[in-house]
Amino acid sequence: MQNEAVAKPEIEMLESAHAQAWPQQKPAWGRWETIRPYAYVTPALLFFALFFFYPIGYVMYLSFHDWSLLNLEAKEWVGFANFTELFQEQDFYQVVINTGLFTVLTVALGIGLAFLLALWLNRKAKIYGIIQGTIFSPHIISLVSVSMLWMWMMDPQYGLLNAVLEALGLPAYTWLSDTKSALLSLVLVSVWKVVGYNTIVFIAGLQSIPRDIYEAAELDRSSRIKTLYKITVPMLSPTIFFLLVINTISSFQVFDTIAIMTQGGPVSSTNMLVYYIYEQGMDFFNGGIASAASVILLGLVGLLTLVHFAFMSRRVHYR
Amino acid sequence: MYPLRLYVFKTIEWLLLLAVALLFVFPFLWMALTAFKTLPEVFRFPPTFLPESWQIQNFAVAWKSGPFLTYLVNSLFVALSILVLQLFTAVPAAYAFARYKFKGRNVLFGLTLIALMIPPQVIFLPIYVFMSEWNLVNTLWSLILPYGASAFGIFLLRQAFMQVPDEVIEAARLDNASEWKIMWKVMVPMAKPVLVTFGLFSFIYHWNDYFWPLIMTNNEQVRTLPIGVAMMKSSEGDTLWHVIMAGNMILVVPILIIFFFAQRHIINAFVYQSK
Repeated sequence: MQNEAVAKPEIEMLESAHAQAWPQQKPAWGRWETIRPYAYVTPALLFFALFFFYPIGYVMYLSFHDWSLLNLEAKEWVGFANFTELFQEQDFYQVVINTGLFTVLTVALGIGLAFLLALWLNRKAKIYGIIQGTIFSPHIISLVSVSMLWMWMMDPQYGLLNAVLEALGLPAYTWLSDTKSALLSLVLVSVWKVVGYNTIVFIAGLQSIPRDIYEAAELDRSSRIKTLYKITVPMLSPTIFFLLVINTISSFQVFDTIAIMTQGGPVSSTNMLVYYIYEQGMDFFNGGIASAASVILLGLVGLLTLVHFAFMSRRVHYR
Repeated sequence: MYPLRLYVFKTIEWLLLLAVALLFVFPFLWMALTAFKTLPEVFRFPPTFLPESWQIQNFAVAWKSGPFLTYLVNSLFVALSILVLQLFTAVPAAYAFARYKFKGRNVLFGLTLIALMIPPQVIFLPIYVFMSEWNLVNTLWSLILPYGASAFGIFLLRQAFMQVPDEVIEAARLDNASEWKIMWKVMVPMAKPVLVTFGLFSFIYHWNDYFWPLIMTNNEQVRTLPIGVAMMKSSEGDTLWHVIMAGNMILVVPILIIFFFAQRHIINAFVYQSK
């Protein structure tokens, strides 16, 4: 399986280079001309083959074996045993539910709030540009700092957030220290980090809508709400779709905030897929379980990618 | 027409804009303010806003709490090596995808696009396994090589190369310039804004990256700044938030400075995929 994945680009490359180069019996210069494009793409494709397509095949191979990082020599074929074991694991269901809940909340809030912000901030005046840059800035800051900063602000005893709540006369919140609130706190941090990015993407989308459609709507005396529903939202559907895919994939892979802020706790209430794979594989030396969970995550992301590409190609044909 | 109503409306909008800005700026400001406080002041509730006395030595304490010079050198070396390697793999590939017609081009470009979509978090485990089988774990190689080619870079540069007018290339060919030379001496300079954009994207991504060095290394000689900063937390006893925030400033401030001067470029780089 994995050999096929690696060899594909090269074989195809060599075959077509061969087919083009030889039958025509061109002079040496001409032969090099046909090989040249393949030579140019080879270095990049070699990296992809080695660090991308080979690992995809290899993790499938690993998921059918019992192995551990303690002794990599011994890999025993076990068929689907890792998958059946994984599905009997109570923890794994918790992890899947956490990941799903975290993804739905982060994606819905991140996109919904960004949409409203974009409608508001899509103006020419300089102040709007400054605000756009400001809300974007968390997106380029290391998740390490974002996590530690929020962890400090969420400190139950001395944190800024509880100080603000108290000043407003509200009761202190438990933030990361309670099973009920920890996941929501992580959602808050992720939304804070991503909402500026989503807003900027929406603004780019809004600006690509042709002005004359709005002028026509104005002539028809369409109400603002109606214009929003009938023109803006449909015209933004490629942007909305893009954000759904990108945000979902990045929510599936959430790791840094968990590793720094909660380590999956309290009582695995914030344990999610990538962190689970990391724990099982690197800390508990359960290679088989970890690779089976990796394959499932890979399947989910692969499915989203396929849907994305199908949508993109339809859009291209449509134009 | 209704000057008073307009005035009230504008004032409310400005207050809302200020509130939104504060929501995103204040946490950074809080990081900076905490970094200058003393420990007793950090653990005061309700907290003080400005530090009572500005403790500049917190930064020295943070810097000395681990081999931070090593972390900094590693971070810069890894991020810049990746960038150089990515440029040397992306420029020829993007040039071929943009300017040549060859059999299998669409399939090969399709593979590149797939690589763009699947994040490293999904396939870190198999990479870790074969990297340790090849004895590359705990080396700087394990941080650099997996990022040797950037699908995003190829995608971005291809787009830029396709926009160079044919006449430019034909003129160069008439001058008997070799293809290799046309690529580096004609195309690359014309794609300079895109190269800057991509360079910023790549550098910021790898400067910030916590996941990959955490997976691939467990030895501080080859670890990078984000790991060093994150490890400040793991010590026993009271969490020294003032020192930790000072450490985080080392990680954050360079990026904020770059962002301040190249905001348009950076925003373009990060939202490019959506277009």
